[in-house]
Amino acid sequence: MKRNLVIIGGGPAGLAAAIGAYDEGERDILILEREPNLGGILNQCIHNGFGLHTFKEELTGPEYASRFIREVKARNIEYKLNTTVIKLSGEKRVTAVNETDGLMNIDARAVILACGCRERPRGAINIAGCRSAGIFSAGTAQKLVNMEGYMPGKEVVILGSGDIGLIMARRMTSEGAVVKAVVELMPYSSGLNRNIVQCLNDFNIPLKFSHTVVDIKGNGRVKSVVIAPVDEKLNPIMDKAEEISCDCLLLSVGLLPENELAKQAGIALSPVTGGAEVDENMMTLSDGVFECGNVLHVHDLVDFVSEESAHAGKCAARYIAGKIESGSERIKIGTFGGVRYCVPEYVYRGKASEGIGLKMRVNNVYRKVRIKVVADGVEIAGKNKQIVTPGEMETLSLTAEQADKLKNASDVSVGLEVK
Amino acid sequence: MREMICICCPMGCRMTVEKTADGYLVTGNTCPRGKAYAIDEMTAPKRMVTSSVPVDGGNFKMVSVKTAVSIPKELIFKALDSLKGVRMTAPVKEGDVVVKNTAGSGVDFIATRNVDKC
Repeated sequence: MKRNLVIIGGGPAGLAAAIGAYDEGERDILILEREPNLGGILNQCIHNGFGLHTFKEELTGPEYASRFIREVKARNIEYKLNTTVIKLSGEKRVTAVNETDGLMNIDARAVILACGCRERPRGAINIAGCRSAGIFSAGTAQKLVNMEGYMPGKEVVILGSGDIGLIMARRMTSEGAVVKAVVELMPYSSGLNRNIVQCLNDFNIPLKFSHTVVDIKGNGRVKSVVIAPVDEKLNPIMDKAEEISCDCLLLSVGLLPENELAKQAGIALSPVTGGAEVDENMMTLSDGVFECGNVLHVHDLVDFVSEESAHAGKCAARYIAGKIESGSERIKIGTFGGVRYCVPEYVYRGKASEGIGLKMRVNNVYRKVRIKVVADGVEIAGKNKQIVTPGEMETLSLTAEQADKLKNASDVSVGLEVK
Repeated sequence: MREMICICCPMGCRMTVEKTADGYLVTGNTCPRGKAYAIDEMTAPKRMVTSSVPVDGGNFKMVSVKTAVSIPKELIFKALDSLKGVRMTAPVKEGDVVVKNTAGSGVDFIATRNVDKC
């Protein structure tokens, strides 16, 4: 089978990418989604707070998804559900399976990876203790409660204060469970302030910073967890440990881009983001393969996923139409002064016909800073911020004129100047 | 006097609010939005409540619901109680009323997704 554009993933990123590509003139689009429904993780995110940037109103996850699903259907964009992509080759051949079509080999002119991310599991953080029942990632618990109607436990401890953990603290409480504590290794939360206030403080759920779980007890079912404060090197102080009885431990300890297909295809990944390295067109270093959304780098807000993905879709359509130069010289955007990463990682040398949006994350909390883009030692764009935190992605929009300077310098970097 | 964290922006200002003879005195805020938020939280805190209820004969096992608008914070648990034992039958349309006038708030719980019959 031959298709112009194959989009892998029918969540917020894949939906927005499909709409973006269609609206740029591409008509031969196929979305492949492994779940029985479009919408991805938004289907289980039943809480409100989505779409404040895009729609200027607070939607729930399913409502936000349905607006994009309606747009995809209105354009008659083809999608296949219950379809798992098992292989992506370097030559843009997508191998997928489902019950009705069997095994499919699809030769695409462009591929957009929009596969999202998954949760870091217990095994990746090495918590000692029993392998009891009752230990779930926060997202699994969210699916059980919201989609399946099961309660994963009655007395809950949550490790990690990522947004899903905070949301689940409230959700478990609203279904009658007692959340005894949210335990966070770092001295700050990686979640949004509004979630700390509305999910924890509203329900008097204690949040213990600079603490971690050092032991899980219970044969069969979890009976208790032992938590301890950590020193500045994050080593637990064992003589201050305390035991909390509970029958459920939820883990909200980070999200990892799901890049198995990109790895198979030999696409270069960033060791910092876990996603592919892309240029300003969201194209990876593999010609004609694009990436967007949480598979590229983990976002805090779905609005930004949609925006980034619509851009990726638009660029993929242009690529198919032969309107993007590929293979010309690229410049790497460096980072300095507390900026951990910048997406895109590269820009093409040449004339800029439109602006470029830069997204970045910092490695610590900084106050009174200027985020700036420096080209050959001169600031070409920047903005002042009262505060930047690792939990909130920062963005900087360059005008076409500024982008032009970026694309024609020999040394470019993005960083923080602390005032 | 009450302490609170402002949620208007990532600053997360730690504010204190004191009742005075003619209103409220807010300290610790950096901007006017913080003051407005603090006074709202003192006088009429409101929250949107979301949950999900079982649905029979549909392509989803559960249908997600929300209060159509925010309701007073102290009614959260009463509102959640009104969902106990509620079951829907497919098809359900986004916006369908699930519970009318929950907890006497004058606000309905409405469905936030379509569930098709299957």
